[in-house]
Amino acid sequence: MKIAVCVKEVPDAAAARRIDPQTKRLDRSGDGVLNEFDTHALEEALRVKEGSGEGEVVVLCLAPERAMNSLRKALAMGADRAVLVADDAAAGSDLVATAKILAKAIERESPDLILVGQQGGDSDGAVLWGSLAERLRLPLVSQAASLELSDGKARSKRQTEFGYDVLEAQLPCVVAVSDAINEPRYPSLKGIMGAKKKPQEMLSLADLGVDVAEAGEAGSRTEVLALTDPPARGDTQRIEDEGGDSAEKIVAYLAEQKLV
Amino acid sequence: MPGTLVFVEDHEGEATKGSLGVLGKAASLDGEAAAVLCGSGIASIADSLGAHGASTVYVADDAALESPLPQPRVDVLAKLVQEQGFDAVFFASSVLSADVAAGLSARLDAGLNWDLTDVELQEGRLVGKRPALQDSVVVDVGWTEGPALALFRTGSFEPGEGGAGNAAVETIDVPLEDFSTKTAMVERAHEEKSGPSIEDADVIVAGGRGLGEPERFSLLEDLAKALGGAVAATRAVVDAGWYPYATQVGQTGRTVSPKLYLACGISGAIQHKVGMQSAGTIVAINKDPNAPIFEYSDLAVVGDLNEIVPKLTELVRQRRQS
Amino acid sequence: MTARPADFAPPFDAVQFVTEPTDPPDERIEVGALVVGAGPGGLAAAIRLGQLLEQTPELRERLGEIPIAVLEKGKAPGAHLLSGAVVNPRAFRQLFPDLVAADLPLIAPVEHEGVYFLTRRHAQRIPAPPTMWNHGNYVASLGEMGRWLAERAEELGVMIVPETAAEKLLVTGGRLVGVRTGDKGRGKHGEKLANYEPGSDVTARVTILAEGTQGHLSGIALQKFGLASRPQVWALGVKEVWEVPRPLYRVIHTMGWPLRGARRYREFGGSFIYPLGESRVAIGMVVGLDYTDATLSVHDLLQELKGHSFVRAILEGGKRIAWGAKTIPEGGFLSLPDSLSFSGGMIVGDGAGLVNVPALKGIHYAMRSGMLAAETALDAIRPGQTAWTPGALAGYDQALRQSYIWKDLERVRNMRPAFQHGFFRGAVLAGAAMNSLGRFPPRDLKLEPDASVPVFIGDRAATYPAPDGQLFFDKLSSVYLSGNKTRDDAPSHIAVRRQVRREVAETWVHMCPAQVYEIAGDASPAGNVVEVEVTASNCVQCGAISAKGGRLLAAEGGSGPEYQSM
Repeated sequence: MKIAVCVKEVPDAAAARRIDPQTKRLDRSGDGVLNEFDTHALEEALRVKEGSGEGEVVVLCLAPERAMNSLRKALAMGADRAVLVADDAAAGSDLVATAKILAKAIERESPDLILVGQQGGDSDGAVLWGSLAERLRLPLVSQAASLELSDGKARSKRQTEFGYDVLEAQLPCVVAVSDAINEPRYPSLKGIMGAKKKPQEMLSLADLGVDVAEAGEAGSRTEVLALTDPPARGDTQRIEDEGGDSAEKIVAYLAEQKLV
Repeated sequence: MPGTLVFVEDHEGEATKGSLGVLGKAASLDGEAAAVLCGSGIASIADSLGAHGASTVYVADDAALESPLPQPRVDVLAKLVQEQGFDAVFFASSVLSADVAAGLSARLDAGLNWDLTDVELQEGRLVGKRPALQDSVVVDVGWTEGPALALFRTGSFEPGEGGAGNAAVETIDVPLEDFSTKTAMVERAHEEKSGPSIEDADVIVAGGRGLGEPERFSLLEDLAKALGGAVAATRAVVDAGWYPYATQVGQTGRTVSPKLYLACGISGAIQHKVGMQSAGTIVAINKDPNAPIFEYSDLAVVGDLNEIVPKLTELVRQRRQS
Repeated sequence: MTARPADFAPPFDAVQFVTEPTDPPDERIEVGALVVGAGPGGLAAAIRLGQLLEQTPELRERLGEIPIAVLEKGKAPGAHLLSGAVVNPRAFRQLFPDLVAADLPLIAPVEHEGVYFLTRRHAQRIPAPPTMWNHGNYVASLGEMGRWLAERAEELGVMIVPETAAEKLLVTGGRLVGVRTGDKGRGKHGEKLANYEPGSDVTARVTILAEGTQGHLSGIALQKFGLASRPQVWALGVKEVWEVPRPLYRVIHTMGWPLRGARRYREFGGSFIYPLGESRVAIGMVVGLDYTDATLSVHDLLQELKGHSFVRAILEGGKRIAWGAKTIPEGGFLSLPDSLSFSGGMIVGDGAGLVNVPALKGIHYAMRSGMLAAETALDAIRPGQTAWTPGALAGYDQALRQSYIWKDLERVRNMRPAFQHGFFRGAVLAGAAMNSLGRFPPRDLKLEPDASVPVFIGDRAATYPAPDGQLFFDKLSSVYLSGNKTRDDAPSHIAVRRQVRREVAETWVHMCPAQVYEIAGDASPAGNVVEVEVTASNCVQCGAISAKGGRLLAAEGGSGPEYQSM
């Protein structure tokens, strides 16, 4: 079984994240790290592989060249191979362009299962897999809180606003996992030391047969227009309580806000 | 007849509140607002949508759409948008809608902006508002070409009833791609927990060290029950073993964004703030008039929670019963 | 009422951190040379050894698949590095003779500088003591320097392993044969969590301990191999980085206020304010940890300092963007271990106490000592040699004694202890000591361990400014800014007694810049024993607790602060 795991490099949460006023994009100049949500997808892929006793786990990423450092963390955790699509022309790609490029990279691998994390830790985007499944013309399960494979099918519990559904998708399929699915492992010291020697492939858009006009800003259908300050939070109303007499005022306030 | 199409999600025979809010917003923009309903045996919902601003309601009623799965819905919407040439398609955020929107984006090569809290017309162009970086900045986003797909944050718009009331109802075909039917629902949603988890809850009652002792969490549990919400805790009290780690809100715990966050005996250090600052309304009760949490609360109550909370619980219960 | 922190020795036994290798031989990780710590000392050692091995491929061959490995406990090289910093570029020139200043990770040369004596309302410029002249030195960020050095090391084939704490010394028959790394994924009470990952034995032909200040294994090695006979003393530095609207064109040091000059307080220290390019300023406060008032808090003194009109004018309209804290070994020459080499290992940099306090310099000593250790290591891995042959690593001690490090430290050796007598008397004594180039006083002054100094509950906290989120900040929001997001269910890595005299507890509460310690329950009068609560996940691993009555142990690799450019 071949499993592709799509991962993202995000700016380190420790760095004060900022939006570059010129490009209006998230400033990605600082250190990048592997998106934490994606480590759950990778962990699940490793468990599937270990459970079946055979197979290959490939991590795929679209990011600037230096993201290979972050991919090494995935290799240290146990992925067999890393494929990084790094091309200056891909900078600023939105969902349309990103999904197009990643779908090409996935097709090149023809995996039996594609795993994705629950969201991007930087943009709070939680949509990529929907576009990937569509472009790959494969069945989709999102928000998977569990995953079992048998008889050519992936069975998952899907977490929704209303509770848990149980879904079954025919392989090959795209599964976006929730962070409740597992606890990602720590890379072992041996894993960290061995990571550098694992195959690491760097691809350009041309390697994937993607026209530069379909990537980056040229290939995007959305744009950032301006940055503004958030509306100021309304003034704080203050109540000094006397022996619990504020309870009624609180209820009145909540009623006014239609919260009770 | 270009205009805005709104994907109306249904649950247990009713349109979701979020969908109706978005529909109302769409109707308030220039051009007409249409709604699309996908499901099996959902035609009855269609009639109610005119009141929320829909001029036309497209109904895709088919057994293949019975389960709330995204891919068949992408098929329905793609055909409808291509035939009718909508300028925009709006979605109220949910697990299902996000997947439909993303699939539609890929099918139509249409731009999708997500996590929007509002949208407006600027010189005839649609502009979305997306709070970013823990809501410290608002990003104005646009669409360069093709239909504009927009996914709105939960609770962005309250449903109103300002529409004309009469929508034309049209039944539409359900064309299905082969891969769209390869996911099946084996079991329909069921709750595994007694109350909502803190991530799902609309109301959170949270307790901190100001409670004084672990037993007082029962006061908060009572209040949460009355409000239909969940109980959360700060790191300090979780550390002290007063409440389980799964309920910890903050930097090293969960991040929550309920409609109401009621903070009891919480001083409000930044490690806590980053986990709950995007809550709709924040009410804080604390004995210390200088507690930092008051700086970012909507309602600041300086007082003894032991006196206030039981009375509050009682009043909320009375209100519910009446 | 006074109490001595030293009377409440922490529940800590060095023996627990010395072990024979426990992994089966085929599971051990074998490396050629092992460096513990990716700071300036460790990376300079790795780079120097890498350079030497490039010239001697046959030796490199002998070292196996991983000729040089560097273990780093922080998330990445630089994550736990913090300094002012004004750097003497001497060691850089020695390590990279082909590079010019513009190629090095230095921000700008020091062109103007001033030393000021502060009172509450005034700032009086005073002549800078010669030790503090910085002509020819450069302002730099140690964190950036660490990242840069790590890249150079990797180019030479050095394996840098971040997020990995060296927890135990591997000792066989009195020889250091490597280290054991710490476990990951343990729960609060040490239980194994679902993602538990045991540590590993890493064995090496030679080990260089470059852990920096309060090095966990360096301290154990000094004890285990009987290397130190004189106590070390420390200072605590708390630093912020500000984005400022107006550039600062000079390097500033201050003495005096907010420290008190009276002898009984023993408050020795000062502040630094450095320009980091056009738009950023580093500001820090450093205070010796032999102070006596339990309510002294270096973090809050830094806040108070920022309220001084002289300092406020520099920061006005700016924004705080980073915060961190770290201890500095201050004993200098008088605290140097008798030897810095032992069977199989060497100690370099701050971990060895190679800091020149009057000059406020240590980075180039760390780098230089790392280079010297690397050169000795090379000799010890030649055919027919081992690092365990008696005296095999003694060359490192000899090289150190002949280096400028030794000469510099010897010359200023009596300046720090002079200040045990309060600021003014100290200044006079120190001046005399310096003007005589170390010959006065004729005998070495004595240093007393910081934890042995009795503390009392004074009133220093009375004037700390209230946090306003603009100029003045509380400890917790500062910890947040350090990038620390250590998980809360990790085992505590701090060994302290939980029941101590109130004076000692108050000392920890105030001293700790990260709000790790709190006194449980209600106030009780001084002298009573109180219960101390420890929130270890706040800890930024500055090391102050180890100086003042506790012991910092190895935290889970990857935890602690994530400094970006301190």
